[in-house]
Amino acid sequence: MLARLCKINFVATLLEVRDLRTHFHTSQGIVRAVDGVSFDIKEGETAALVGESGCGKTMTALSVMRLVPKPQGSIVGGEIHFQGRDLLRLTEQEMREIRGAEIAMIFQEPMTSLNPVLTIGRQITETLEAHERLSRDTPEARALELLRLVGIPDANRRLSDYPHRLSGGMRQRIMIAIALSCNPKLILADEPTTALDVTIQAQILELMRELSRKFGVAMMIITHNLGVVARYADRVHVMYAGKVIESAGARDIYQNPRHPYTLGLLHSVPRLDQPRKAKLDPIEGQPPDLWNLPQGCSFSPRCKFVIERCKREVPPLRDIGAGHRSACWVAETLSQGKVSSS
Amino acid sequence: MRQYILKRVLLMIPTLLGVAVLVFFLLRVLPGDIVELKYAGTGTYAPKQAIERERAQLGLDKPLWQQFLSWIWGIVRFDFGQSMWTGRPITHEIAIRLELSVELALMATLVAVLISIPLGTLAALRQDSWVDYFVRVFSIAGLAIPSFWLGILMILVFIIYFRWLPPLTFTSFWVNPKANLMQLVWPALAVGYRYSAVATRMTRSAVLEVLREDYIRTARAKGLWEKVILVRHALKNALLPVITVIGLEFAFLVGGLVVTEQVFNLNGIGKLFVEAISQRDYTMVQSLVLLTSFVFIFVNFVVDLINAWLDPRIRYQ
Repeated sequence: MLARLCKINFVATLLEVRDLRTHFHTSQGIVRAVDGVSFDIKEGETAALVGESGCGKTMTALSVMRLVPKPQGSIVGGEIHFQGRDLLRLTEQEMREIRGAEIAMIFQEPMTSLNPVLTIGRQITETLEAHERLSRDTPEARALELLRLVGIPDANRRLSDYPHRLSGGMRQRIMIAIALSCNPKLILADEPTTALDVTIQAQILELMRELSRKFGVAMMIITHNLGVVARYADRVHVMYAGKVIESAGARDIYQNPRHPYTLGLLHSVPRLDQPRKAKLDPIEGQPPDLWNLPQGCSFSPRCKFVIERCKREVPPLRDIGAGHRSACWVAETLSQGKVSSS
Repeated sequence: MRQYILKRVLLMIPTLLGVAVLVFFLLRVLPGDIVELKYAGTGTYAPKQAIERERAQLGLDKPLWQQFLSWIWGIVRFDFGQSMWTGRPITHEIAIRLELSVELALMATLVAVLISIPLGTLAALRQDSWVDYFVRVFSIAGLAIPSFWLGILMILVFIIYFRWLPPLTFTSFWVNPKANLMQLVWPALAVGYRYSAVATRMTRSAVLEVLREDYIRTARAKGLWEKVILVRHALKNALLPVITVIGLEFAFLVGGLVVTEQVFNLNGIGKLFVEAISQRDYTMVQSLVLLTSFVFIFVNFVVDLINAWLDPRIRYQ
């Protein structure tokens, strides 16, 4: 029991993102896609990055991989510590050795994320070759083992098959197999199930959870689906307009949200435990215009709890107790009761 | 796959038959026939009987459908008949020129491939840099400069600065490779440059498009070396449209190099074509059109096979 407690207390931080800033230069001006994002991921933990489209979730993940689309996008500031090394200071060659081997990534579109002219086997073995992770097994044997691991039926035959012969769900399983191939410490999954049928979504997520537990891989799931968050994530980081505006344990976020935007998100999702006729409460106003963000808190134009200070000063992400952080001036006085009575 | 190949080969027959019908009857619509032209060339008065006799000799007095059927029947037996103008067998007339034309087309294709694929890829990788601008200007110039003009320029430079002229008579590569190459390298460069312009622009845009694909991002996320990403993932996909363009252009070159052949004094298929048409050498023109159509169809078929080999999505359809 004591050992277990100690273990929990001393779980090392795997990834530390500090004040990350990734900007895009467009013809209409600079877009601060990621604007001072900070969060941690501990070893073996599953974190969720939540927010509406265009809030900078994907760019945060691509920044960690240092794969921000060039030349429009560039990381302009911050630090990304991974196992004690600042990824932003590594050379391109050192970074290549980390990609796919230490940090792997799964993408949103399984239909286009695999190369149509290479066999599935080749797309797995080339990752092994690139990182020389070939112990006693041949790459082919390891690829076969991986396909079986992610539940591909008739794995032997599938090795020499091409991606277009597989369904979206099967292809996403292949992507998971590729991600796992070099036993990475961290997998970044960018909306891994958004493009899939609902029934397949659950299968893929269950598979990812099972495998991440089995191999002790930490995961960062990027999603806008709060159902996914509730079921699979340990910690949640909510993003809005390029910033993390609330971080907390998954349970905590649901029971005790401390940012008006998170509150809004929770109220705009239909819930089975509410009467069927209960009205959904969408967030008022328009999603933020990234070229033209308001002064002060970027959520202030849509916020029900806005005070004068919100329009002048950007609220920092600050501790409000028990591993809960919020970027709201009135975080302490927010409560769910208040929002439902208003 | 075997079934697919068989189907494609069998489909060539109706296509070629269509070409045969078209060229046969179009030629007969042209004013003036071969016999009249022959006598016009001599400048003497031709009695009507002599013309009639000559026509009968060439079989031109028979009804059109009979002429057509006997021609087709000959082709089925690989007997293309004689040239109406020279009386020599058509296969002989074409054979001595086909070697030159095919060799020139192959060399020009080689030049075009060697220029276009590296340059196009480089331009795509360095998009909007000075390298890209240089390649774009270079290829636009290739499109704008007619190859016969480039050929004339080359010959002038040789004569004026080197007091040297490429050999004027064709020597087979198998007899004397050096003399053969000395003659054909220059037209191959002139034609290949123009030809590379289209292929360079195609390569550039195809590589640019492929580099934006999701699977390239996946390849990067897997930590592959940039060289592997470029060759294995990007080029293999990008070359599909480029191969199609190169194939079509090659087929065109086998029969279409009329002006360049003139400039370099080459006795190729293009020149034979023009002569045969102006002489109303019916059998010769028919055979040449059939031959160039066959080359087109065949090259297309080969291109499709290469594409199917490169792209499994085509192969499995």
